[in-house]
Order: sequence, then structure tokens, then C-alpha cells
Amino acid sequence: MADSLKVRVLVRPKEGILDPQGEAVRGALPALGFGGVKTVHIGRLIEMEVESADEVDAMCRRLLSNPTIEEYEWEVVS
Amino acid sequence: MRIGVTVFPGSNCDRDALYAVERMGAEPVGLWHAEADLKGVDAVIVPGGFSYGDYLRPGAIARFAGVMGPLEEFANEGGPVLGVCNGFQVLCEAHLLPGALLQNTHMRFVCDRVRVRVETTGTPWTAGGEVGEELTLPVAHNEGNYFADAETLARLEDEDRVVLRYVENPNGSANDIAGVCSEGRNVVGVMPHPERVSDPALGSDEGLKILRSVLVGAGV
Repeated sequence: MADSLKVRVLVRPKEGILDPQGEAVRGALPALGFGGVKTVHIGRLIEMEVESADEVDAMCRRLLSNPTIEEYEWEVVS
Repeated sequence: MRIGVTVFPGSNCDRDALYAVERMGAEPVGLWHAEADLKGVDAVIVPGGFSYGDYLRPGAIARFAGVMGPLEEFANEGGPVLGVCNGFQVLCEAHLLPGALLQNTHMRFVCDRVRVRVETTGTPWTAGGEVGEELTLPVAHNEGNYFADAETLARLEDEDRVVLRYVENPNGSANDIAGVCSEGRNVVGVMPHPERVSDPALGSDEGLKILRSVLVGAGV
């Protein structure tokens, strides 16, 4: 079996894009007594095992993120 | 006139759309997602639902289905295409329409009847209406909040490409936008569901004003 790489992709809303999930959580934290939370942004973590990392960037651009509203970063973790 | 309705795994307004096509006096043709064939139809409706379970983002996976290749070709050649709700999301993901549909501002699924104003009759799907005319159409969505960057919004407004506008915005959409059209004007996406008001037995047939337009607007 070919060796595989573990890749971690992080997709999140671009700055300035409304993030209602983040807003809802930001409202809930102080209600639980956690003060001092200024902003909360919620993104998506995608973990993949791939044979090669060559095409990860293309995957991010074509499917894993929507460049109109999201930005992404990725790394090989092991 | 033959009007195709795409069927993805998770489409759930496909039968309503096929029924509405029959009601408007055209021949309905189901287009299975895995078949790269539009069966010679004169227009295509991409219906609502939760294609591929809305996983990743609504419409993100449907956009690469087999039927989408010929559909994109058809659209680029000027064929009339209407995306409704999830269909609107699919067409945005496919870059046949600008912008994207974000989660509703209030974080709740909205299921209601809303008033929308027809903003342009210069599309095949509104050619039978009147500018300024108000219609009451059902909405049912969680990600209906239309977003485009400021430059794109300005261009849409300048080029008369806002097709429908909410009288009272139910989801936070930029500029109260309920529907837009492509640069070529033949591809239209709307969040409200005209097919769900296509028969007096459903309480109204106002949606036929949109759907029937294509009989005039496509010039077939």
C-alpha cells in the first residue's frame, strides 16, 4: 500500500462575511459567564489522507472552499 | 416546448417543478443527474431540495454532477435556465450566476410566503410580467442570504440584473435581492418557489407568471 499523507484543510468565511454561527456563539459565551470574548468566527476543518499533496490546493479551489465567500489554508500534518 | 428538470440525489421539488411545467402547457422532461444528456430540451429548471444533503455547502457537490457539463454548455449558448432555491445555489456554485447564498442572518430556517417585486422583464423567466408587479411566493430555505461583493452588486444593479426583490427581506440578502440573472440574461436564479404556487388547489397559481414567461421569453 502506498504511503499516505495526512492533510488538514481549514476553510473559513472571508473577513467581513457575515458569520451568524460565530455571532450566536459569541452571544452564548458571556451568558455562561465567560467574559472578554470579543469575536468568534466559525470555519470548517477537513482532514484527508492522500497519496500526494500535489493536488490539495486545486481541491481547495475547486470544491473544498468557495472563493466568493471563503478562504482556506492547508498543511501536511503527518 | 420541452422543459427539463434536473434531479440530483436530494432534489425534492423536482416533481413539483415537473407538475408546474405540465400546468403551464409545456412538456416536462426529467434529467437524471448522472446522465450527461439534456435530451434536446428547450429550457431547464434546476429545482429546490438538498442536493447531496447540502454537505460541504449547498450546491457544491451537485455542481460537478454529470448533467452539469451539458447544462453549462446549454447556458453558455444562451439556453434559458432557471434555478429555484437549491437550484439557485447550484448555479452560483457553478459560476453560471454571480455571488453566493449565505446562511440566513437570523440563523433560522425560513418557511413562509413573501411578497417580491419583479424588477426586470428582460429575462426569459420574467418576460411575461411587468416591472414593479408584486407576487406572493413561498420561500423555504436556510441559506438564502444573497451575497456578492460591493463591486458585483453595483454591476448587477447597473446592468438591470436584479430579477426579483423582496418587499420585506426574510433572510438578510444584500440589497433585498431574491433573484438575479447572468450577464447573458438567460440564466436566472431565485430563492422563492414559483412551482409551489402553480395551481389554485395549492392556494395560488401566481408562480405560473414566472414559469410561463419562458414560453414567450425563450422565443421558441
